[in-house]
Amino acid sequence: MEQHIAVQMQNITKTFGQVLANHNVSIDIRKGEILSLLGENGSGKTTLMNMLSGIYYPDAGKIFVNGEPAVIRSPGDAFAYGIGMIHQHFKLVDVFTAVENVVLGLRGRDANLKLATKKICEICEKYGFEIDPGQKVYNMSVSQKQTLEIIKVLYRGADILILDEPTAVLTPQETERLFHVIRNMKKAGKAIVIITHKLHEVLSVSDRVAILRRGEYVDTVETKDANVQSLTEMMVGKRVVLDIERPAAAHTERRIEVKNLTVVRSDGVQLLDRVSFTANSGEILGIAGISGCGQKELLESIAGLQKVSSETSILYSAPKADAPVELVGKDPKAIRDMGITLSFVPEDRLGMGLVGSMGMTDNMMLKNYRQGRTPFMERKEPRALAEKIKEDLEVATPGINIPVRRLSGGNVQKVLVGREIAAAPTVLMTAYAVRGLDIHTSYTIYHLLNEQKQAGVAVIYVGEDLDVLLELCDRILILCSGRVSGIVDGRTATKEEVGMLMTHLQKGDGSDAV
Amino acid sequence: MQYETGKKSALNQKKHREPFLRIAKRDSMPFFQSWGIRIAAVLLSLVVCAVVIYAITKMNPLKVYGAMLQGAFGSKRKIWITIRDTMSLLCIGVALAPAFKMRFWNIGAEGQVLVGGIATAACMIYLGDVLPTPILFVVMIVASCLAGALWGVVPAVFKSRWGTNETLFTLMMNYVAIQITSYCVSLWENPPGSNYVGVINPQTKAGWLPSLFGQQYMLNVILVLALAVGMFIYLRSTKHGYEISVVGQSENTARYAGINVGKVFVRTMLISGAVAGFTGFIAVSGSSHTISVNTAGGRGFTAIIVAWMAKFNTMTMIVISLLLIFLEKGANEIASRFNLNDYASQIITGIILFFIIGSEFFINYQMILRGKNKEVA
Amino acid sequence: MLTSILSLIQAAVVFGTVIMLGCIGEILSEKSGSLNLGVPGIMYIGAIAALVGVFFYEGAAENPSPYLCILIALGCGFGAAFAAGLLFSFLTITLRVNQNVTGLTLTIFGSGVANFFGGSLNKLAGGVGQISVSATSDAFRTKIPELSDIPIVGPLLFQYGFMVYFAVIAAILLQFFLTKTSAGLNLRAVGESPDAADAAGIHVIRYKYLATCIGAGITGLGGVYYVMDYIKGTWANDGSIEKLGWLAVALVIFTTWKPKNSIWGAYVFGLLYWAYYYIPGLTRSSQEIFKMLPYIVTIIVLIVVSFRNKKENLGPAHLGRSYFREER
Repeated sequence: MEQHIAVQMQNITKTFGQVLANHNVSIDIRKGEILSLLGENGSGKTTLMNMLSGIYYPDAGKIFVNGEPAVIRSPGDAFAYGIGMIHQHFKLVDVFTAVENVVLGLRGRDANLKLATKKICEICEKYGFEIDPGQKVYNMSVSQKQTLEIIKVLYRGADILILDEPTAVLTPQETERLFHVIRNMKKAGKAIVIITHKLHEVLSVSDRVAILRRGEYVDTVETKDANVQSLTEMMVGKRVVLDIERPAAAHTERRIEVKNLTVVRSDGVQLLDRVSFTANSGEILGIAGISGCGQKELLESIAGLQKVSSETSILYSAPKADAPVELVGKDPKAIRDMGITLSFVPEDRLGMGLVGSMGMTDNMMLKNYRQGRTPFMERKEPRALAEKIKEDLEVATPGINIPVRRLSGGNVQKVLVGREIAAAPTVLMTAYAVRGLDIHTSYTIYHLLNEQKQAGVAVIYVGEDLDVLLELCDRILILCSGRVSGIVDGRTATKEEVGMLMTHLQKGDGSDAV
Repeated sequence: MQYETGKKSALNQKKHREPFLRIAKRDSMPFFQSWGIRIAAVLLSLVVCAVVIYAITKMNPLKVYGAMLQGAFGSKRKIWITIRDTMSLLCIGVALAPAFKMRFWNIGAEGQVLVGGIATAACMIYLGDVLPTPILFVVMIVASCLAGALWGVVPAVFKSRWGTNETLFTLMMNYVAIQITSYCVSLWENPPGSNYVGVINPQTKAGWLPSLFGQQYMLNVILVLALAVGMFIYLRSTKHGYEISVVGQSENTARYAGINVGKVFVRTMLISGAVAGFTGFIAVSGSSHTISVNTAGGRGFTAIIVAWMAKFNTMTMIVISLLLIFLEKGANEIASRFNLNDYASQIITGIILFFIIGSEFFINYQMILRGKNKEVA
Repeated sequence: MLTSILSLIQAAVVFGTVIMLGCIGEILSEKSGSLNLGVPGIMYIGAIAALVGVFFYEGAAENPSPYLCILIALGCGFGAAFAAGLLFSFLTITLRVNQNVTGLTLTIFGSGVANFFGGSLNKLAGGVGQISVSATSDAFRTKIPELSDIPIVGPLLFQYGFMVYFAVIAAILLQFFLTKTSAGLNLRAVGESPDAADAAGIHVIRYKYLATCIGAGITGLGGVYYVMDYIKGTWANDGSIEKLGWLAVALVIFTTWKPKNSIWGAYVFGLLYWAYYYIPGLTRSSQEIFKMLPYIVTIIVLIVVSFRNKKENLGPAHLGRSYFREER
């Protein structure tokens, strides 16, 4: 049995400041096997694998590769051991071509661009990839970038492949294709680790599952002996109800009507193309799509943060108002001055929604610091609000004046969502509201969104997890390459249907793909 | 596998050892500890300076520092010169504080001071005998602030509109200001052909800042300290100050909050430039009573480092300015005793700055030696 | 008329060579992500080190060999500038200090060191008057024999010291290195995206150190050329090196980080710089106004560059930031 084990990690511990990311974790990875590394966000899965790929160095513990003790101090060392990792945030150089990215850091014949191009084609043929070696990375789609990352690792002759949340940005169809490739690689005798928190993927692709919880190792089980409920319990540590509630939409009236929303980037690339839809009060409108196909621009356009082209119209109808008002051409301040409260939880929480170096109090006044007539700041009310949000949403912080960037991801999101809801909005827009959050916090957020919906707020929810979108939303708008490819009823639509709509434009007229 | 690069053999020759030294980020450090590190850095740098000075002059290092103290504080006059120069460095630091807090790299204080000085000198020369004293001062102050503000705002306008790189823009503005100063010097030179302006209005003393409590530079001190306190409050407690912090942290967040980033850039650089221009007024009207390309004397650059090290806190800047001016005066004293040139002070300033900026690392990061980590497990 | 045009071009080429060397050194450094604003200081340090080195050699040797003079000047200049680059690298790469602040401090320090020794070296060594290293300066200023006598073409192309040609060759070599070699590709990756480079197994820190230090060394050679040829082996405390250093930094943006563009860009800056001298009928005061020309043009270039937004023409994406692998 011994020679089947590719990697053994023994008693690995890693801390960041006071945060214990991994504590005494031991796992082994076998050749010709797909191992799922399962755990909630923040449970230390990525950290653990980063220590195999040389990004981090463990504080304590031992690593054995093929039975030999190994010291992995850098990604270069990891390659030498035949370990390759496909990171969730791709490690590619944007202004380089595919082949240039592949040969990066290699020497001699391996770094020869012509030979490399040939080899890349051979790898593509062997595993069934499609890629243009001369294409620049900034012109690639997310799934092309992922393919390139996998090729990069295979080109270096890796026998142990680690994929970090590889399906997070893929459509169901692309996911299936990826799994097919992974099974091919398994047949070729490679050891494969998939980091994920999606249970059905674990069950469909892996041979064994190793579970981490809050940085600690829980157990490893054979996939055939596991089911969704048992895995969840091991992952969360207690029984959880996995159903998201969906109260019936009531008192719906038109709140936002978007017509012909078109956004063109400064270099001429069209990010949104004549997008039209309505968002109603008392319902949750979901927005689905492959990442980067216009969701960000869509929300920012409504919030007044995006320059839109002249044919666009965004009409806002206030509750009990006679005529709708035009929002195009107004910045966030102008919209607020009109008495409209649009709340927006952006994707980049610390880079857009909050100021990382400020405490909760100062972040509370971000949107209404202009209150009061004097040129001086009024900090009394924001302080009270910060205290209230800390209490109500159970924000774990040593104090309301501690810089928010020192809080954990879930607490940062609670601060942001708390502030946006406290503004008593009529429209609440959220982008990837539960990304990176643990299950408990995610359900808190779903609950808050449903509360807002029932209070008559028009909620727009941009999400990436189709299962959640289908369980939470009343209607789902699907974007594909900046266009609306369909609007479906969340209660009746299927995952496959939505998945098809996410890509169908690309197949229909590939020339328009961004 | 035919794709394998066959590097494993090379690996066997490598020694399997964990790294000797690893670096990890620190969460935060108590106030006194971080200042302890900074003070230790200053002390260490003084030791290094002593070695350098010894190498050049063969003078007993302790006596060197004695001489430096004498150079800076040896007589009443020297004390006041030290105070005067501290104030002028502090004033530029105060001018830079809002710009740097906004992460706007205003390297152009040198030029902003110069144009403020030119405006002041022009008022003294052309209006000195025309206007009554109080009005003359108002005109001088307004002119110097406007000139400095103009110099500061031009790069800000382009940055806000097209994102033009402000670092080099403000830097080039310095040289434009220097050439304008050279032009003015050749225009106003006295006596003709000397290429110096000479003391302006030596008889009437029109446009000279008056003495206060019998001290020639007392008014400088009061004006600059008032500005420092005012700027401290402006940055900490006003809405403008809040906008500056938000823009400095993230322009995206600022736009999200409905802050007009371009407007904040322009407004803040108007203020920053105006205060720098005011420093030119203080330098010309309050101390040298003349104008030359050396009126700013490189302080525009030193002040950048003062502002950075003080983390844009104008109160901390007082201490740092005093330290740097003390070193400058002390080094000058040594230079003159040994018949060396004044550039010695720049060397010493440079060494000390290297130590202080380097010390921030030890506040933000911690080092873990090999073998130490076993205890964690 | 012809002679004055020729002498303007000659002045421009000599001037251009100083900033060309400064510029390509800085390009190398910036390609690795190090925005080194210490260029003036490094040029100062290179200049003074070369001057001091040959000063002692010429003082010691009876008949200074021109080859040794050149070797010592280049060696000392490059070595000292390399050391200055090492200091910058240690502070910004290892200690992760802000690059702008470190660069400015290096400029203050370098100008202090250089002007201090430049002004008092002779006095320290027991001599009188200004320092002068005529033998080395002559060696640096030796023209190409015969070719330089050809009318018009000779003065235009061949009446320069060897460093003029060296700078052009260095620019071409650097261009080749960056675009055609795998080490150049790796270096560009480090400046664009250090985490991608790191994940690809590139030793990011080593690349950054080497590029920054060698870049500083080349920049320092600009300073060497300045003292040995431009001001003929003497020293002047007039702050010219500082001006030239900043123009070299501006030239980097002008060239859009392509060394080949620095060849003509540097000469254009040279023409602009000396234009005032050859425009007839200027008084002393109006000359001062004309001396603004290179700075005004740099500002215009900065503005024009900011209009463009093609990805390949912008600087390295990670320029000016420090890299820490374990950053979360």
